[in-house]
Amino acid sequence: MWSVLRRATSGVRWYVRELTDESAYERYVAHVCRDHPDAEVPDRRAFERMRTERQEADPRQGFRCC
Amino acid sequence: MRTANVRTIVVWTLVALVAAAGWSVLALARGENVSAAWMVAAALGSYAIAYRFYSKFIAYKVLKVDATRATPAERLDNGIDYHPTDRRVLLGHHFAAIAGAGPLVGPVLAAQMGYLPGTIWIIVGVIFAGAVQDMVVLFFSTRRDGRSLGQMAREEIGPFGGAAALLATFAIMIILLGVLALVIVNALASSPWGTFSIGMTIPIALLMGFYLRVLRPGRVSEVSLIGVALLLLALVAGRWVAESSWADTFTLAPSTLVIWLVAYGFIASILPVWTLLAPRDYLSTFMKIGTIALLAIGVIVALPDLKMPAVTDFAKHGNGPVFAGSLFPFVFITIACGALSGFHSLISSGTTPKMIQKETQIRMIGYGSMLMESSVAIMALVAASIIDPGLYFAMNAPAGAIGTTVQNASQVVTSWGYHISPADLAQAAKNVDEASLLSRTGGAPTLAVGVSEIFAKVTGGSLRAFWYHFAIMFEALFILTALDAGTRVGRFMLQDMLGNVYRPFRNVSWKPGLALTSALVCALWGYFLWVGVHEPLGGINQLFPIFGISNQLLAAVALAVCTTLLVKSGRLKWAWITGIPLAWDATVTLTASWQKVFSSDPKVGFFKQRSVFQDAIDAGKVLPPAKNMDDMHTVVTNSTVDGVLSAILAVLVVVVIADALRVCVRHVRRPALSTLSETPYVESKIVAPAGLIPTRKEKEEARARDVVGAQAGD
Repeated sequence: MWSVLRRATSGVRWYVRELTDESAYERYVAHVCRDHPDAEVPDRRAFERMRTERQEADPRQGFRCC
Repeated sequence: MRTANVRTIVVWTLVALVAAAGWSVLALARGENVSAAWMVAAALGSYAIAYRFYSKFIAYKVLKVDATRATPAERLDNGIDYHPTDRRVLLGHHFAAIAGAGPLVGPVLAAQMGYLPGTIWIIVGVIFAGAVQDMVVLFFSTRRDGRSLGQMAREEIGPFGGAAALLATFAIMIILLGVLALVIVNALASSPWGTFSIGMTIPIALLMGFYLRVLRPGRVSEVSLIGVALLLLALVAGRWVAESSWADTFTLAPSTLVIWLVAYGFIASILPVWTLLAPRDYLSTFMKIGTIALLAIGVIVALPDLKMPAVTDFAKHGNGPVFAGSLFPFVFITIACGALSGFHSLISSGTTPKMIQKETQIRMIGYGSMLMESSVAIMALVAASIIDPGLYFAMNAPAGAIGTTVQNASQVVTSWGYHISPADLAQAAKNVDEASLLSRTGGAPTLAVGVSEIFAKVTGGSLRAFWYHFAIMFEALFILTALDAGTRVGRFMLQDMLGNVYRPFRNVSWKPGLALTSALVCALWGYFLWVGVHEPLGGINQLFPIFGISNQLLAAVALAVCTTLLVKSGRLKWAWITGIPLAWDATVTLTASWQKVFSSDPKVGFFKQRSVFQDAIDAGKVLPPAKNMDDMHTVVTNSTVDGVLSAILAVLVVVVIADALRVCVRHVRRPALSTLSETPYVESKIVAPAGLIPTRKEKEEARARDVVGAQAGD
């Protein structure tokens, strides 16, 4: 019973974090460590800044519809 | 040959029966109220059958999606915009990106023709046109590293067609922004409650932006929860403000709101993304998904009766007050996004193809999301059809038609055959704490009344006013986000175009160019907004058809690109998959454009309207609903602009379709001449299910991969 509930909440948590892109930083760190082991890993603050700057440069990223 | 098992046959026969029962009751019931349950049954049953059979056929027989081919997300994975995303997450992303105000507003306006024409087009349209377009664009863009629709038009059709497509997209964006802003103005005008709570979303977003930038970078869920809580507080506080001495400060006239909105659009679009746009987007996405889920539950639990007739007299005579014109083509124009939306092709060829994990998931993401969007449109139609038809027409007819008092409105609406007493009209406004509901055109207030009716059935009538303003807030929130984001996209296109003339414009972070192009874009949509608010004939009445036409014209561009690609990629036999929707969409839209330009009925044709009013000016007369000579001149100017614009848009799209046809014919005659810019095949290493629920075979594959991975790994 408890394990089912725990699995359900962790599932919801995972989904919300993925959908909001809260997990973007972990994903990026994993990507850098895997594919570019020699590259420096930015800290979260720097990473989030880089992400918004990319959106700034091309506003079509993440564009919403009518 | 594969034989279906008995259980499958029984299940799908039952689904077909449910859909058939829904359709029969909707189509045949006359003279009594039909339960919304039948509409839900017809919709869900038809969607299920279409998804199971038609989308599968397109995916595997026509497009031949290849599970072994690596997607751009896998090949170009950079951990940021290209990364293989779980299909369930991407479904949410894609749906949140395509769903907006469009599917909510269009069906509400189309309800003037009764619920039946709208229901048929929303369901049939999505199955054969809208969902097909979204899915096929997504497929071809995925095969081209996530190229945008404009780039695909340029590469696959030619520079001429490509330029026309780009110009059409820009014009369409401007009209969209103007009309969406007009919807907001009509919902917030003289409503201190609404204006206050929407105004509060700006400080809330700024606070969230600061939190994410400085305090705790990237913690989106927690800041969204804080934001939603503050938003609900602002909503409740709106009532206190409306009842306090501050009420006058927040009671704004439409023309004041126009200035505020244009100023907001300009400032928001030159501020950094993190201050307003990003946090607002989180808020509106949370609200959007939450409210749509609540509404679905509300409709299913309450199952209200539809009070609107199946087909009204306005459908037969084409003289409706909400928008002018006959059932064909104007129902298909008005219900823009719920059935077929050109704008979705920009999403399907934007972010989504860069994130899709497997080609096999294109069916679920492209076709599936669009079916969900269509069900939102059905819910909007339910919400508009359960309110008293008399109230519906009093809310949606322009003031020029029904006057500004409840007595007058009641008289006029009753003369149309929908009885409602002045007392009932006054009471309806009082129920939702608004001064008046007369001529609250634009769809949002009507939807909000319908939503409050549905929610009040579940939660009790005392919360009705709260739910009304909740629904207004929900729409206003993402329309404001769209104004900001849309201004940025428009600016980006403009920078690109002007960059050809004066190089520094190309540099998107060149500050003077940025401010100038932003101002230009805001001025353009601000012009339409201003015109819409000051239009004596009713802004929504005049402008919504142009918005619908432009959205459907963009769909024609997308379908033309898809058809060309089907032909060029050796799928000539299956070109009808997008070719028939293209033919239908082009017929509908160009007929509508033709009527808007050339019709001799001054209610429909812009130039006829212009000449009628111009003649009256020359004769020194004032024609109703204009009240003075200034109004008369406004009508003449507006109808000229609207008419010219309709004509230009139609010509641009004819150019794109003709150019696409030329390329197709050339390919059929001399295939050697055409080039196809598809990225070469690379084998995929990802194993992932195609649909929402993994099949037994897919589970086995995943298990096998885990075993191999464990052996191969260190």
